[in-house]
Parts: sequence; C-alpha cells; structure tokens
Amino acid sequence: MASITIRDVRKSYARSQVVHGVDLDIASGEFVVILGPSGCGKSTLLRMIAGLEEISGGEIAIDGTVVNRLEPRERGCAMVFQNYALYPHMSVAQNIGYSLKVAGVASAERTERIRAVARILELEPLLERKPAALSGGQRQRVAMGRAMIREPKVFLFDEPLSNLDAKLRVQMRSEIRKLHRRLNATSVFVTHDQVEAMTLADRLVVMNGGRVEQVGTPGEIYSRPASRFVATFVGAPAMNILEGVVALDGLSLLGGSRRLAISRAGLPVGTEVAAGIRPEAVRLVAPGTRGALDATVDLVEELGAGRVVYVDLDGASFSVVTSETVHPLPGTAVGLQFSQADMHFFSSETGARLDVFKASVPVPAL
Amino acid sequence: MEKRVTFSRWTVGILFAVPQMLLIFTFFYWPAGQAVYWSLTLQQPWGGGNIWVGLDNFRSILASADYWNSITASLAFAAISTGLAMVIALVLAALTDRQLAGSRFYRVVLIWPYGIAAPALALAFRFILAPEAGFMAVVNRAWPGFWDPGLDGADAMASIIAAFSWKYVGYNFIFFLAAFQAIPRSLIEASAMDGAGVVRRFRDIQFPLITPTIFFLLVINITESFQDSFGIVDIMTSGGPANATNLMVYKIYSDGFKGLDYSGAAAQSIILMMLIVVLTIFQFRFIERRVHYR
Repeated sequence: MASITIRDVRKSYARSQVVHGVDLDIASGEFVVILGPSGCGKSTLLRMIAGLEEISGGEIAIDGTVVNRLEPRERGCAMVFQNYALYPHMSVAQNIGYSLKVAGVASAERTERIRAVARILELEPLLERKPAALSGGQRQRVAMGRAMIREPKVFLFDEPLSNLDAKLRVQMRSEIRKLHRRLNATSVFVTHDQVEAMTLADRLVVMNGGRVEQVGTPGEIYSRPASRFVATFVGAPAMNILEGVVALDGLSLLGGSRRLAISRAGLPVGTEVAAGIRPEAVRLVAPGTRGALDATVDLVEELGAGRVVYVDLDGASFSVVTSETVHPLPGTAVGLQFSQADMHFFSSETGARLDVFKASVPVPAL
Repeated sequence: MEKRVTFSRWTVGILFAVPQMLLIFTFFYWPAGQAVYWSLTLQQPWGGGNIWVGLDNFRSILASADYWNSITASLAFAAISTGLAMVIALVLAALTDRQLAGSRFYRVVLIWPYGIAAPALALAFRFILAPEAGFMAVVNRAWPGFWDPGLDGADAMASIIAAFSWKYVGYNFIFFLAAFQAIPRSLIEASAMDGAGVVRRFRDIQFPLITPTIFFLLVINITESFQDSFGIVDIMTSGGPANATNLMVYKIYSDGFKGLDYSGAAAQSIILMMLIVVLTIFQFRFIERRVHYR
C-alpha cells in the first residue's frame, strides 16, 4: 500500500503538450478513477505513474519516493492494460506467474501463489490454456491475476473494461470493486465511461484537455460540477445547458425568448452565463402551468423503468428523465418545471462554476 | 467466418487455375521430369539419342570422393552462411526496432543487397576481399600471408560465405523488423511492468513471438544457400582452390557444361533436389514444433 503524490506533472511530445501541470494526491488504499474524453491525457498520466512514459516536467512520488527516474519494475506498480496484453505464447499459469519467474521466485512457491490467485479469480480450471482459447472476460481476469500476484503497492488500470460487452462490464466492475475491498491496494483507474467511474471511485478526477477539471467524490462531482465541461460530461443523459444573459429581473434565456425570475446576486446585468439543469431534476407538467417553461415534445426514448423525453425549447434541445406514468406523445405541448436549487450556473466565458445565484423558491418563469 | 469465393461450376475454378498450372508445369515439372530422365540415361556427347543406364549415373557420382567433398562443402556453406545472415539480421532488427526514426530509410537501404544480382555482388566482394588490394590487404601487411583465398581453401570458403551472408542479411532484416513491429507494444510494456529487463524481454517475449518468421527465414535461407550461391562461386572462386568451394550447384554446372557430362550433372541435380526436399521436410517436422503461431 502506498500513497501517490503528483506535483505539476507535464508531458509534452515534440510539438504538442498533452498534460499541462497536473496536481493530485492519492491516499494509501484509495480507489481513484480518472475520467475524461479520449485524448484528454488521462492514459498518459497513468503511464507516467507506471513509468512507461517519460515525465517531461514535475514530479511523481510513490510513498514519498520520487520515481521520475526509476524503471517501471522499480516502482512497485502493476498495470492492467486495455487489450489485456497477455503473452500469447504462454499458458494462463505462465502469464500470471511471469513476474515471479523474472523475480526468481522458486518454482514450488510460484505454483502455490499462482493457485492462490487463480482461486480468487476462479481461473483454476483454465490454468493450462493459452490466452487465445479464453473468452474476453476470462482474459480480463487473467490480466487482473497477473497484476495481483505481485502484491503491488499500486494497481493501475488503463480502461480495462472497454473491450468487454455491456453485461460482462457490469460484472467485472463489481468484481474489481470487491477485489479492491479485499486487497485494499491503492488503485488508479482510467476510463472514459462515466458509469464505470461513478460506480468504482472513492474519488473521481475529471480531466479535459490535459488539465484536471475537478477532483471529488462521485456525489460531489454530480451535484456540484466545478465547470461546464464536468457538468455536461458526467451524467447521462447530459445536463441541459441554456445560454442566457443576466437581466435586471433575472435571467434572459435563449436570446431573450424565455425568462427566469431568479435573483442575480451581484452579477452585472449583461453577463453571459450558461444555466444548467439535470434531466432528472425537471418535472413534466401540463402546458401553461404557472412557473413552468412551455415546450414541444420531440422524441421519447423508452427505458423500461422510465423514459427520456426530448423536447424542443425554441429550437434548443432539452431532455427530461421521467419515471412517472406520463407518456407524452411527440408533437404535444408540455410544461417544464424545476427549482432554482437544482440549477447550476457557469460563466459563458470561462466555463467555471458561478455560485452567486442564491437558491430560492421554485423558479417562476415570466 | 472466413469469406471464400465459391464457383457454382467447377469448370470456372479450373479455368482460373490453368495459367498458373501451365507455368508451374512448363518451368518446374517438365524440366524436373527431363532431369530425372537424363539422370537415368547416358547422353551421347555428339547427339544420337540416350542409352538407358538405370542408376549407373548415381552409383558413379556417389562413389566419387569429389562429390562427397562437394556435399560437405555445401552443407558447411549452408550452415555457416544461414547462421551468420540470420543472427546478424536478428541483432540489427532488434536494435532498430523501437528506434523508429528513419526506419523507412533503413528498410529501403537494407533491401538493396538482396536486389543485387549474385555475379555483380560477387565481383564487388572479389575486389573488397582481394588479398593484394582490398580491405584484407591491410591485414596481410601486418601478418603477411594471413589471407589468400586464391591458395587457401578456408579463406576462399570464408569469402563466398561473406558475400552470400551480406546479401541475405538485408533480406532477413526486413522480415525480422516487420516481425518485431508486429508484436503489440503493450506486450513489451506488460513485461516491463512484470519486471523484465531488455534482455529478458527479448528472450521471453519477443523471440518466442517471432519464431514463425525465424522458421520461415531458416527454410528460405537454407534453400537459397544451395541454389543462389552459384553466381557468387562462379565469379569469386570458380569452385577452387582445389575444389574447396565447389558447391553442389556449381559442380552441376561445371561437370555438365564444362565437363560435358550431362547425365552425371542431371543425376547431381536430382540429388540436390532430394537433399533440399529432405532438409525442408526435416525442418517442418522437427523445428516447426517449436514455433508459436499466434
């Protein structure tokens, strides 16, 4: 078990910089998920921790020791790769035991430890098989076993579930979680899948464009996104964003066609803001209801337990998740009701969260 | 499922195969059949038909010490030149792999030697290795008489081995480099994470994964060393000195076209063909077992 300290870490290639000064503290035994769209530098950051990429600037320390100049094998990390990276010419047992063989562990002890790991991962009947004869989920487990057997200080996961089908992904997700509870090793997990991120993380790091946008528990990130990017990236369907301008009597939305009467709390009139509201926080009411925005239903997606209703709000698309037994038909008019407490405001200019609007009673639309 | 073209009528398939069959028949089975026929007859020197002699040609060849010497020389040449060409190419490719700046340039430059006709290459090496004027002249100045392929059979053998290996190093390099680059990078990274150093990674991961390529090159190199050596021997040593470099393929030529013993030469071709067939079967039976196909 080990803590990881990342200080102002940068990575640049010949022409471009892909990681711009990341600071992060990971406590011993913590499960941290780095979430971001592809190309945001999350895998690069992970590979710098592993020692597979050189660190262009800044410092990474594992357990207080700066590892910038250490070889991967000297860092005490184990990694699970996206494509599993199993050695195709070795059996499952040889794959799992390879690190012990390299370390010169005696054959008897090695067999013993391979058996122990295989038992945990339910791989015992497959030990003599070659990776080509395994299913995706089994390969994934072998890759996990290969990382586990070393009893590493740090587990690194590079999108390990993205090659699995949806059902298996859910299953492996809970297995990884259980495994972490059992081994309690510091884990860093990189993914672009927000459901994976939310369910696995003790703490979530959202990255975009080589920078950390926000660090927090999944709950914090969902309920108080620090930026417009985080707000729209985390949560499915994505948060609705309405562009608006601060007016004397509240917020003028969508080029002035709609208004929300909310206190503007010190923001100068004319400031451009983005108002966000999660689809789950919106209630569908009868059109013309006082304090609701009127819109037209575009499309309804049935999810079984509920449905996603896409509505057209003066040309802007807006989604509502509803579990109520309302079945709006495309083309009909509905009212959208939500409270200011559920709204998030971001600066149109910088995308940063604005906390100046004070929550009050249900939003009266004018 | 693999997609296959299927023809509703077998005649269409046959039609597509005919041109290739025709070529193989004309340039392989027919001459090979002729060689078998000649080897069992005695060709009259000034025409007038063949006399059936059964296996007499083979008996007289196999009773000749010269021929056994030629077989030994050929086997030694095949073993050493294949070994050299493959080991050097493997080391070069392993070093070039991953340092990819300019690798396209290497690829082009290193395939050139293979494109050079054997006689031209042999002529170049004749100058390079000439005892009185080439690189080896420097060595000869320090140790007079150290190097003289014109007199010393071992030196002559070394010369043709050097020329042949040089040609095939480039060829092998291309294949080895392609094989190394086909290994997913994450496998190398995984083994680095597992604690393996560069040498260990090469031994445990890269080498086993390129065994299909090694096997392929082994078969090609050995086969070619029996056949493609003709031009090099002809230009550099003409089989001398004292038959030290009289490889089987060269002896066929010199006995047949210089000694005018067509029937004996035909019998030798059959023996060479059988030898290559046997060696190839041996390789497939015993070496291919150790190959890991992915």
